[in-house]
Amino acid sequence: MNQSEQRTKSWYMMTVVGKDRPGIVARLTQALFEGGCNLGETSMTRLGGNFTIMMMVESDAESTRLQGLVGPVADALALHVHIDSIQARLHEHTEPNVQISLYGADRAGIVAEVTGVLAEAGLNILDLNSEVAGTGDKPVYIMMIDGYAEGGIEALKSVLERLKARGIEATLTPIATLVG
Amino acid sequence: MAVLEVVSYPDERLKRVSDPVVQFDEALQSFVADLEQTMRASPGAVGIAAPQVGRLQRIVIVDVSSVINRNRTKEQQNSSSNGCMILINPEIARAEGRVVGREGCLSVPDFTGNVARAAAISLTAFDPAGRRHEYRCKGFEARAVQHEADHLDGLLFLDRLVSPRELFRRKIYRSI
Repeated sequence: MNQSEQRTKSWYMMTVVGKDRPGIVARLTQALFEGGCNLGETSMTRLGGNFTIMMMVESDAESTRLQGLVGPVADALALHVHIDSIQARLHEHTEPNVQISLYGADRAGIVAEVTGVLAEAGLNILDLNSEVAGTGDKPVYIMMIDGYAEGGIEALKSVLERLKARGIEATLTPIATLVG
Repeated sequence: MAVLEVVSYPDERLKRVSDPVVQFDEALQSFVADLEQTMRASPGAVGIAAPQVGRLQRIVIVDVSSVINRNRTKEQQNSSSNGCMILINPEIARAEGRVVGREGCLSVPDFTGNVARAAAISLTAFDPAGRRHEYRCKGFEARAVQHEADHLDGLLFLDRLVSPRELFRRKIYRSI
């Protein structure tokens, strides 16, 4: 590593949302690359037809300069950019030991209810995605969770029974990772 | 015996096709002993393939017996157990069914992902003395054999990842 590479780099979380169209990721990441940034883990998805992405960005620049790097792309594509300074580490993944899928007729409070009882039973959620399926007059709420059950799987099973009594179907699948 | 150094991606040897073993001699037996010791020294490992220690020969070891006794998942409950299988020049003759499960790899640290594998396989392989055997494997053991056999063709589980979101979605929509 030469002298110029020894400037302190820090991590930022860059969140970008806007109307979806092809090529957004390519243009954003090219601008960051040209501005000397490194990317860490990222998550992009479409929510309700909107483009959303969260990116770990490593840079020796201040957040205002990061904003400036992606500014032209954001302006051209009408994207909103939000940047936070974060503490971050790579290469320290927690392995999930359980996968839970849930669904039920959509109603207000369903996510709070489900995640509340799961948290009580010792589940640390590592990954969560949810969707509203069905039709406008009969919406179905679907959640997909990867987590780490601190207190083992049994405690979770009993709370899932409780959810079932309240009209939420749940399937719990233990994860055993093969290492070879 | 010795614990060998496990190579990790992007070491190019992991992407190469290994050669069949032609000499079933003492050198082979000594290497197999080292390979097994290397597997046992790696926490949680249920298999290992020769290219993972940089040797491009068609040799794998699979032993799921320590794991399937825990019976945590359906795939483990349904698993066969042939004990410690030393598989030289393995050929998977038949494969049936398709199951998605989570895999990691000694040669790919800090990442695991979902991979679809055949639920049951039958295979032939030679032992270190050059005798030919037939095996039937299912469940977790079948997954382990397929994962290790892939190494002999330069394939990692990273070559076979499936999107958990898509699979989950299909599974749920089927049950609604």
